[in-house]
Amino acid sequence: MNRRVFLKGGALSLLTLGLSPSFLRRTAAAMALPARDAGKTLIVLFQRGAADALNVLVPFGDPGYYSARPQLAIGSPARGNGALGAIDLDGFFGLHPAMASFKPLWERGLLAPIHAVGSPSATRSHFDAQDYMETGTPDRKGTPDGWLNRYLAVKGTCESCAPTGAPAGGSPFRAVAMSAQMPRILAGASAVVAMNAIEEFSIRANGGDAEQRLEALYRTGRSDVIHGSGRDMFEALKVLRAANPQQYRPAPGAVYPRSPFGQRLLQIAQLIKAGVGLEVAFADVGGWDTHVNQGAAQGQLANRLRDFSDAVGALVTDLGDRMDDVVILTCSEFGRTVRQNGTGGTDHGHAGAMFVIGGRVKSGTVHGRWPGLAREQLYEGRDLALTTDFRSVFSEITSRHLGLADTSALFPGYLGGGGGNGWLGVLG
Amino acid sequence: MGQGPTRGTGRRGSRRVAGVAVMACAFAACAGGMGSRRATLPAGETAPAHGALREQTVDQQVQHVLNRLAFGARPQDVDALRRLGVDRWIAQQLQPEHLADHATDSLLRRYRTLAYSADRLLAEFPPPAVALAAAARRGDGPLTAVDSQRLRQQARQSVQALGELASSRVARAVLTERQLDEVLVDFWENHFNVFAGKDRTRYFLNDFDRTIRQHAMGDFRALLGAVAKSPAMLHYLDNWQSVADSGRPVLQPIPPQRAARRAQAVRRAVQLRGATSEQMARVEALQRRRRGLNENYARELMELHTLGVDGGYSQQDVVEVARALTGWTLERGAQGGGFVFRPQAHDAGAKTILGVRFPAGRGQEEGEAVLDLLAHHPRTAEFIARKLVQRFVSDSPPPALVARAAERFRLSRGNIRETVRTIVTSPEFFSADAYRAKVKSPFELVVSTLRALDAAPDVTARTAQLVSRLGQPLFGHQAPNGYPETGEAWMNTGAILNRVNFGLTVAGDRVPGVRLAQWPLYDSLRTLDRPAQVDGVIRALLGGAVSSDTREVLISGRNPFLAARGGADVLTSLDDADSTYAPDPMTPAMRPRRRGNLVGSASAPTGLAQIVGLALGAPEFQRR
Repeated sequence: MNRRVFLKGGALSLLTLGLSPSFLRRTAAAMALPARDAGKTLIVLFQRGAADALNVLVPFGDPGYYSARPQLAIGSPARGNGALGAIDLDGFFGLHPAMASFKPLWERGLLAPIHAVGSPSATRSHFDAQDYMETGTPDRKGTPDGWLNRYLAVKGTCESCAPTGAPAGGSPFRAVAMSAQMPRILAGASAVVAMNAIEEFSIRANGGDAEQRLEALYRTGRSDVIHGSGRDMFEALKVLRAANPQQYRPAPGAVYPRSPFGQRLLQIAQLIKAGVGLEVAFADVGGWDTHVNQGAAQGQLANRLRDFSDAVGALVTDLGDRMDDVVILTCSEFGRTVRQNGTGGTDHGHAGAMFVIGGRVKSGTVHGRWPGLAREQLYEGRDLALTTDFRSVFSEITSRHLGLADTSALFPGYLGGGGGNGWLGVLG
Repeated sequence: MGQGPTRGTGRRGSRRVAGVAVMACAFAACAGGMGSRRATLPAGETAPAHGALREQTVDQQVQHVLNRLAFGARPQDVDALRRLGVDRWIAQQLQPEHLADHATDSLLRRYRTLAYSADRLLAEFPPPAVALAAAARRGDGPLTAVDSQRLRQQARQSVQALGELASSRVARAVLTERQLDEVLVDFWENHFNVFAGKDRTRYFLNDFDRTIRQHAMGDFRALLGAVAKSPAMLHYLDNWQSVADSGRPVLQPIPPQRAARRAQAVRRAVQLRGATSEQMARVEALQRRRRGLNENYARELMELHTLGVDGGYSQQDVVEVARALTGWTLERGAQGGGFVFRPQAHDAGAKTILGVRFPAGRGQEEGEAVLDLLAHHPRTAEFIARKLVQRFVSDSPPPALVARAAERFRLSRGNIRETVRTIVTSPEFFSADAYRAKVKSPFELVVSTLRALDAAPDVTARTAQLVSRLGQPLFGHQAPNGYPETGEAWMNTGAILNRVNFGLTVAGDRVPGVRLAQWPLYDSLRTLDRPAQVDGVIRALLGGAVSSDTREVLISGRNPFLAARGGADVLTSLDDADSTYAPDPMTPAMRPRRRGNLVGSASAPTGLAQIVGLALGAPEFQRR
């Protein structure tokens, strides 16, 4: 395929940048690891605040869109709209013009958008809806762990995927949340590392032998949960150091935004390319709750989308060839009202949009059944109706991409779409 | 690699904290000094049960009560407690109302908004969305840059105001003389977890904190009732908007004029959004249909607050309890106000809960009766007793002690003080197994550090943010089950790295209020040789008993254990670059703000400071 040749060419050009041979050796060694048993990686990106799906994945082919949003609608890709018009995808749907970075993903067959997808719960509370989507149990409160943590427990470790020298329990960096606090989606019994930045995952002491002594304190032969965690932690530090993330340079053409979100995606790429055995990664980004002054082709939402798509685009470019083994999944707790409100924005809605990005997605089409925007087709007379349950998408990805045979344990109480029936077929 | 037993994927492999190495020497010496029996005790004080042996030595008991019934020892505490006697100290702590607490009184006066009611907080620090909407309504057209700036500043002040409560939780735990009471406040605020990030809940937290404090060592039924009526809990678990399902008889039907007025208000609100008459009719129909029962609080009331998840209630019971609690709401709904009972919302039908019949036509007294039923249920006694024993004694609560504590709870009709007394004067409490067997929560770690180093209280939110960064943002636990009471949950790779770094941060004088030079022991230790310094730090910070391996590591850096196994990978030290990322944008979830000096690294501490930093990061200091 053309795409593959292009990326291989890109990889070779690293040599011409004059990087130190030892770095290349390390990187090359790291790149060789996945070949033993291609470890798959899932990156989940959560847009917190309910992103306005109708202006992200624009249904310009539906006249109801324009009558509902006289000031907020994005123009069709018609020539007259120029740079303010939607980026055409399939003649009915388009992307918000600020998402120019997604256009090459679509053209290269890496992008699978899904519309009218989300949670069947009627709640319009951010707090509850995020909880439901992260624990995978809509309308059930008190689920103690996140669905991704359950995945880690159910799947078990892939011994051959972990880098050489990793402890017997698998890589300490099997699951990483690039955030200050452990997000709900990864909360639970399985081991997950939450870090704000890779550089933070270190002993904070310049010089001296504090680190050696601290490690020694945890290796005095005691075996209990404290000593065990300490030993694991020092192992993790070694794994990370061997990967030498300090020397990291993104692939040519991968320009990450300077925003916190952009830098988080950069670090996820770092971890993947360093071969630390990353299987599940998570990052979130806020600022989507656009009740007021959301703007149309330009404005608040546009700025958010530009940063978001530029960051994801850079990540895909940076990962290059590896995208065959990577799936990026974007989601948000719900969408927003079809109609614009009285303050230049939109309010909490129901169904939303997701993007599944990867080397093996079924692209060229917007997935999901479009329910329409006529009054009688709306949910509670105001929101985009739901035609795909988010658990169906999550199940398909964990099954077809991550190889989990039975996904029923991930979504207790979910009866629909298991075992391939009713899945959208996002992963071809 | 010379590492310990292999670990499976899940971290559920139970690892009992044996404490054997520590106990070996202590136990041998134990035969001599048993307990601190006194010939006579003043009335109301406790003595060990007749003939019951305390496995811990006197010195261990002193350390033990300071770690379990207080938030760790301050430099002067060990000697003072030894003189007073453990039993007398416990008796005093069980009567906090008789303990003067001037330090806390002075501390509280230094806060500005802590004493504010929810209404005042809402008025002075409105939520950004409200301020924004008000601004949008006032002005015409989009917000100016000045408006945005003002709103951002308001949002910042709002966050600051709410940070006072978190700050006060830490500072009070450090300062108060009423340590056991404060431990119970921590326990109950976790048991009755509320999440500050949910909508307006955070405005109600000052009042919630006061409510818990009022009842922390009192009567469980009173505590339960106060929490049930607290705006924080009513809001957090949605009961304020739970009303009788349509079709159910309500206690008092809405008078027709009121219903008409309300319908008109809804119509006006919908009109503002420019809806057509068809859409308006649809919305109104939906409004009527959607209102109904919310089971959230009823379920957690039984599952988490009283009976426990295996407490023998059914889904039907949850529905019936929810029905009984309809109408328990807030004066001004989402806008707050105090508790009010609305008969128009109350489901007046007959109910059966846990086999007990509740006849039709009852009002607020019905909900009260349900709380009575739950508070005095034998399963509740077991559940509460078990959690208390878990907090005070062991992650694996000894069944015999749980049974005795549950019995005391039942017989005393939910007297928290007496139940706690039973637990903390028991032989199990003073057993060898219990000694240093619990893992400190991040809150306990930070507070015990500040107490050990005699730090000045921090009335800013920075120290509370440290607790947050260690994994336990106060009022920041999203799910109603609260933070875990067991150690395993706190021990993971990232968490222990944060704790180790916390120790180094403290030793580098980068924690507010902590100056190593002001530590009372600093001057006397500074001039000694290293082994003597290490012994001093071990005595002051680690309870005086560590393994010889630990002592050796602290003195020389050599690890005899690893040396005996033929050496191990010794890491060379590395330089860490300072972090340069900007703070995160606000999201609906709580996010701690990052401070430069707590994120970047400084040069490693040396000498005595290094010993302190290592000791604070050591496994032994993670224990209580």
